[in-house]
Amino acid sequence: MAKLHVSTTINGEPMEFLCEPNDTMLDALRGPLGLTGSKEGCASGDCGACSITVDDQLVCSCLMLAAEADGHELRTIEGMAQGEKLHPLQQKFLEQAALQCGICTSGMLVASDALLRRNPNPTEEEVRFWLAGNLCRCTGYDKIVRAVMETAAEMREAAQ
Amino acid sequence: MQWSAPRNDGPSQAAGNTTGNTFIMSDIQYVAPRTLDEAIGAYAAAGSAARILAGGTDLLVQMRSGAVKPGLIVDIKKIGEMTAIEETKDGGFRVGAAVSGMALHDHPRFGKVWPGVLEAINLIGSKQVQGRASAGGNLCNASPAGDSVPALVAAGAVVTVAGPQGRRELKVEEVPAGPGRTNLKPGEIVVAFTLLPRPKGASDAYLRMIPRTEMDIAVVGCGVNLTMKGGVCTDARVGLGAVAPTVLLVEAAAKALIGSKLDEKALEAAARACSAACRPIDDKRGTIVYRTKVAGVLLRRATAIAAKRAQER
Ligand SMILES: Cc1cc2nc3c(=O)[nH]c(=O)nc-3n(C[C@H](O)[C@H](O)[C@H](O)COP(=O)(O)OP(=O)(O)OC[C@H]3O[C@@H](n4cnc5c(N)ncnc54)[C@H](O)[C@@H]3O)c2cc1C
Ligand code: FES
Ligand code: FES
Repeated sequence: MAKLHVSTTINGEPMEFLCEPNDTMLDALRGPLGLTGSKEGCASGDCGACSITVDDQLVCSCLMLAAEADGHELRTIEGMAQGEKLHPLQQKFLEQAALQCGICTSGMLVASDALLRRNPNPTEEEVRFWLAGNLCRCTGYDKIVRAVMETAAEMREAAQ
Repeated sequence: MQWSAPRNDGPSQAAGNTTGNTFIMSDIQYVAPRTLDEAIGAYAAAGSAARILAGGTDLLVQMRSGAVKPGLIVDIKKIGEMTAIEETKDGGFRVGAAVSGMALHDHPRFGKVWPGVLEAINLIGSKQVQGRASAGGNLCNASPAGDSVPALVAAGAVVTVAGPQGRRELKVEEVPAGPGRTNLKPGEIVVAFTLLPRPKGASDAYLRMIPRTEMDIAVVGCGVNLTMKGGVCTDARVGLGAVAPTVLLVEAAAKALIGSKLDEKALEAAARACSAACRPIDDKRGTIVYRTKVAGVLLRRATAIAAKRAQER
């Protein structure tokens, strides 16, 4: 069985990899690409721990074939910090203790970032609805929602 | 959740997959043709082992659980027609079968003209699922509880399908044949949904009942599409989901609404017609009695929303 050769862009860098036709993008990220920040919580689209963006569209990488990445631009949690400098969302999650075990965290951050790029001024309800596909067994969500709201407010201020 | 699903990591696969989370192995191929003709050719030639891939939010889950083992996966998203949203000069819409819920949501006009169809499609899964899930996939997956289907039935959407014998058109309600089965012929692919231009005073709504507030499967889904003129309902269509082996067009409910001012008597008759049309199953989400009753309740509520929207248009 021939492997497929995929040329894609991940976090701004051109990347190539080989995959089986039925590998998921999450398999490829965590396997040959060595980007293990995206987590596998369920492999069925329910938990959001594997969230990435494809051409700025938020998706579950476990519900996408690796072969589909060809020619597209992907962003993962690994592209969020600029070198040593954390993204404001990452910084706020730390300050607010918006994580405990951390399994959901990269998905929460990628999804929250996708929300703030679309809507810099979301209501609490909009944040909760947006993150409904990201499950967390530890925090009870309140700290996560607060961290996103506060980051949004600070980013709006900084942008002025 | 798929943790209990059988995993069968064949030896030929192990080297290529360091996470070990592979699907059951057999010779499998992936193609992403750029034209519809190529897609139909590949899909038809591969026979019953081939699967169309739109957003993959059903297909990949089914592959992962071992329920489906495709020999060929035909990704249709590189075909322009499949992902295009086109508003015709007369105000109609043509929505490609593989257009994602998010793309439809972001269209500047679609939700203004067809708010009920859009809210139904946007109820499918999370934002992540919305980034991929399509109305074509929802229809072809043929779950009786598919959320977009009752709304598209109520909207009177026409489905264009293309296959080895050329193109043909079907009504949405003619596509599902039963749970997980469609009336598509071998090699046929759904290409697009066509929604006719709407008169002034026409609007639609979709409501579903779920035990949770998000991310759940409908116990009942109800789409209502109305045209109002001077306070009188001049046209109506009603679609019901999750209460029978396929999504239903409930003509008796529409008849009860047409010609009325949507007064209590008409609403009661339409609600009864919905309940009478139900042939539901008992399961952990809802009993037969509950689903039958809720079908009538949702008809009333969806009608009220559609009527309010129609007034504002
Ligand atoms: C977490 C989660 C939550 C969900 N919640 C909901 C929900 O609330 N409501 C709901 O209705 N569904 C829900 N679903 C199911 C699924 O997201 C929808 O059915 C979705 O619309 C499927 O679209 P897709 O483009 O992803 O289809 P795919 O998975 O790509 O395809 C589905 C099936 O249709 C076939 N197919 C697809 N396109 C075509 C075509 N153009 N022509 C012929 N055959 C085709 C495929 O071969 C496959 O058998 C959920 C799924 C997940 C993972
Ligand atoms: S691992 Fe992808 S949604 Fe859970
Ligand atoms: S921090 Fe443990 S699952 Fe969210």
